[in-house]
Amino acid sequence: MKTEAVRMAFTSALLEAAKQDRHIFAVTTDSRGSVTLGDFAQQLPQQFVEIGIAEQNAIGVSAGLANAGLRPFVCGPACFYSLRSAEQIKVDVAYSQMNVKVIGVSGGVSYGALGTSHHATQDIALMRAIPGLEVYLPADGAQMRAMLKYLVASDKPAYVRMGRGAVPQVYQEEAEFVPGKANWLRQGKDAALIGCGEMVYHCLQAAEQLAANGIEVSVLDMHTLSPLDEESILQAALTGLVVTAEEHCVHGGLGSAVASVLAEHKPTAMRILGLPDEPLYNGSSSDVFNHYGLTGSGIAQQVVGALRK
Amino acid sequence: MDAATIAARANQRRADVITMIHQANAGHTGGSLSELDILSVLYDSVLNITPQTVKDPDRDRFLLSKGHSVEGYLAVLADKGFLPKEELRTFSRAGSRLIGHPTNKVPGMEMCTGALGHGLSIGVGMALAAKRLDRPYRTYVLMGDGEQAEGSIWEAAMAGANYHLDNLFAIIDRNGLQISGSTEDVMALENFPEKWRAFGWDVTQVDGHDVQALMDYFHSRKPEGKPHCLICRTVKAKGLPMGENKKEWHHKVPNEAEVAEGLLALGVKGVDWA
Repeated sequence: MKTEAVRMAFTSALLEAAKQDRHIFAVTTDSRGSVTLGDFAQQLPQQFVEIGIAEQNAIGVSAGLANAGLRPFVCGPACFYSLRSAEQIKVDVAYSQMNVKVIGVSGGVSYGALGTSHHATQDIALMRAIPGLEVYLPADGAQMRAMLKYLVASDKPAYVRMGRGAVPQVYQEEAEFVPGKANWLRQGKDAALIGCGEMVYHCLQAAEQLAANGIEVSVLDMHTLSPLDEESILQAALTGLVVTAEEHCVHGGLGSAVASVLAEHKPTAMRILGLPDEPLYNGSSSDVFNHYGLTGSGIAQQVVGALRK
Repeated sequence: MDAATIAARANQRRADVITMIHQANAGHTGGSLSELDILSVLYDSVLNITPQTVKDPDRDRFLLSKGHSVEGYLAVLADKGFLPKEELRTFSRAGSRLIGHPTNKVPGMEMCTGALGHGLSIGVGMALAAKRLDRPYRTYVLMGDGEQAEGSIWEAAMAGANYHLDNLFAIIDRNGLQISGSTEDVMALENFPEKWRAFGWDVTQVDGHDVQALMDYFHSRKPEGKPHCLICRTVKAKGLPMGENKKEWHHKVPNEAEVAEGLLALGVKGVDWA
């Protein structure tokens, strides 16, 4: 199976877009290596801004660049941008409606054994709570490329979270991406799985395993966390069981967002799968996923358990 | 416009400020009065921003990083025709766009500010954009002295020097007082000019109420590879006799008698919009 790191899909697509439009800038915080912006820095130095290890300043500077008509993509570790510079994202970017795209790489538990300081498992909760900020989690490189076309053309501020390692391909090239409109990847009558980011692949794996046992589930890729596609969530609820999976704390993320919609409009049985509200198990991201059952078989087990009740 | 005219206009705007705050029963009196000579020099003599050029890519950029002193900013913008003067009556009222901090819903205001320590980073971005796009505009950021304790300012100070932003001016309203007391008691700043020099800035100190000196500074400063820092020694609540140099007047609201006394001291008859 083809695998690809989403951050690399992002940076190579950004470089191509920036070659066509000198107003597209990349801003980073001593993270050109971890973002994979080395080629960009080398080929387009006039459109590249190094800020050093100063995330608050990077967001403010990007807002200033945007005020002057540039289209900055400010890129660095999701853990630092989403928390340390959350106020700059709230005020300088979202409140001021500056066209800044905040790109959080190595999101979730991508940094693995580097531990909690480097995990971004609160970012969906934080960024979703900022009015005027769109929030995206691409599932793979192909979707990232489709998303980038939108991000480059859009004038609205956005936060985009992607992981670090290579992830299996979910989409074909030229897959459709409509902001705010979730993608149905599979249809089934027994339950609906809703995932975002890397978890979309694991939801698809779960669906295959379940199908082998005669359980047919839908899979919905909720690539846009804000604004949320409520219509698709309500459609998922028609199965009678909704299971969400996310690489994020179970508080305030995808599961909470889906639960809010269902509680208000169509109370439905749910399972919220994600990282628990406790100090996390330490290991590589796949170790962490295995430990918490954020895998095809782990998700499938939860579905089976929920259907038995 | 000559210095005497600008000084007179600054005092008229001080009358707007105390009237606005008195009517709203809310506001930041001290800092709005201490900044007004600086703001008046900028808008009457330095900046190329007019109500007609607020969208011009080559407009100078001004940011009020000490956003709580928005009343002084509003008085200047209203006086310059960016918004109707009568609208000052709505300051801090429910539903008004004139709230207690700058927002870019108000014509002429570039950004929403108010969370301290953000303005200089934004200014660095604006000035860096001018360099990269080869545009002639200059960027001016007015900060408070209490605000200088925010670490993000020093991140921006490093970046300004790193990118040789000699089209960027960091202006500090050095009135010496913040909400809890003297800046030197709360979190000592001195030797303050040396701090900015050490960060690689071209540092000048000036009497922030000397309109001629302010004009001379802005009109003579040359781009020589370093960003500019102008430390303006000012008096908190300047022009309001009972409030000058008193920390309580950071956000004390003048009563009717104090407004009258203030107008008398400013040599201003009243305001034409209240």
